[in-house]
Amino acid sequence: MFDVSKIRQDFPMLLDESGRERELVYFDNSATSFKPREVIEAEMAYYTRFSANIHRGDYALSYEADQAYDSARQTLARFINADEREIVFTSGTTQGLNMAAYGLKSMLKEGDVILSTLAEHASNILPWFRLAEQTGAKVEFIPLDEQGRLTVENFKKALHERVRIVAVAQVTNVLGYLADIKTICALAHQAGAIVVVDGAQSVPHRKVDVRALDCDLLAFSGHKMCGPTGIGVLYGKYELLEKMEPMMLGGGANKRFNSHGDLILSRVPDRFEAGTVPIGQAVGLAKAAEYLQRIGFDAIEKQEQMLQKHLAEKLKAMDNIEFYNPESDSAICSFNVKGIFAQDAASYLSSRNIAVRSGNHCAKMLVEFLGTDATIRASMYFYNTLEEADRFAQALQGCTLENCIDIFL
Amino acid sequence: MNKLLEDPIVLREVIMDHYEYPRNHSLVDDPKYKRIHMASESCIDDIHVQADIEDGIVKDVRFDGVACTISTASTSIMTQLVKGKSVEEARVILDNYFRMIDGQDYDEELLDEAVCMKNVGKQANRIKCATIGWNGLKQLLEEGEKQ
Repeated sequence: MFDVSKIRQDFPMLLDESGRERELVYFDNSATSFKPREVIEAEMAYYTRFSANIHRGDYALSYEADQAYDSARQTLARFINADEREIVFTSGTTQGLNMAAYGLKSMLKEGDVILSTLAEHASNILPWFRLAEQTGAKVEFIPLDEQGRLTVENFKKALHERVRIVAVAQVTNVLGYLADIKTICALAHQAGAIVVVDGAQSVPHRKVDVRALDCDLLAFSGHKMCGPTGIGVLYGKYELLEKMEPMMLGGGANKRFNSHGDLILSRVPDRFEAGTVPIGQAVGLAKAAEYLQRIGFDAIEKQEQMLQKHLAEKLKAMDNIEFYNPESDSAICSFNVKGIFAQDAASYLSSRNIAVRSGNHCAKMLVEFLGTDATIRASMYFYNTLEEADRFAQALQGCTLENCIDIFL
Repeated sequence: MNKLLEDPIVLREVIMDHYEYPRNHSLVDDPKYKRIHMASESCIDDIHVQADIEDGIVKDVRFDGVACTISTASTSIMTQLVKGKSVEEARVILDNYFRMIDGQDYDEELLDEAVCMKNVGKQANRIKCATIGWNGLKQLLEEGEKQ
């Protein structure tokens, strides 16, 4: 049974030293999430109980670290229904998407097309811009509908025979719309294109099954799903990973090499993990995946939908709010307080112990679409409550230009 | 100093006034003007500052762009303060302003309305907003000096 007050006890960041709830409304979960105690402890155990490098198994400790790292990979594979050989540990979504773009270079030639959208995060567009420049391919944008959504209908219209790569977010980071990745993959595959999915905002919040989606590559971050910073996953279909060039070479990525420069790469996925891997973080991330599965994505989605609906109703009823995504599929509300610059409103909210993000949220092309320079983004997670949403809405009522300036006086 | 500038209500009005009706707010297309683009990496403040400096006198300073209350108001106040001053006087004003933001001693008389920014440092993440335009002019003055 989902009990948010019990769940909040799992998160040290939500509590003060005496274990009571802090005076804090944390609504910046799309940027990063808080970590439950067991994740912190799991990562710490690597540093306090089995700290050693992996693949140096001549001593017991190293073997223990080996086991923990391999087991973390298996846990993450189960988490998204992949094979363990298809899980590459990365530093996060950004590295995963850069590895994808780098690795697919040999599959592109001049005149080929990479399809994306104006709603993408910088990390899922800049690597593709560069790849296009390097190969003579070009980036084309699938038009968003009037709400800012990527629809299957528009995708069909944008798809053509020169499209080789489709790079889109499953859930966008400013408006929180869910794209129908399964249908997009089926259509793209018919057209001979592969699909790279930015899962940074979807994997933490809903059940993602890579086999059911049939996506070719999917990147996500640990720290947005209750896991540590500095770790993420690039999932790739095994046959595709086999064909991809690793972005980095070094220790662990090679089987043999000699002074002539002959090189035999390690097997997939090891060849993509050159250098000492983030062992403690991988262990922490596996614990985070287990934690989310124990709560259950059905319950997580239900709580987040309830929060979204509740806050959206409040915002819609307020005259001073310009609300950009009342129909969002995620617990993300993007808006502006009329006549007040987004950062000023966010600073005011901060003075009321409310944490939100203002700006363009790394989606610099989307603000052109929305017709504003910046927005405020309130992003909630399953540990947030209706009371927090109410406190937030109440604080917004007091968000006048006078009050925004007074915090500086 | 003008006693009124010690009253928070007045200070608030100064900021609001310069935010809602920024002075010298539009760029001119004139080769006499030197121009600098100031884009913050940490927020979306993105402004251009222009200055016409002739014979050691700051004849005009202008700005435009996307900016929050604090950066708009602080830059607007700056343009009024330094307009018509010698480069040397302008430099002293800038120096005092940065000292104020930094929590050091400063000459209130010289800064006049700009004293409304004296507590911005309380919100450390907003110091950049209060100095973005001022840093732009500082760089323009330095460039002018080199030539």
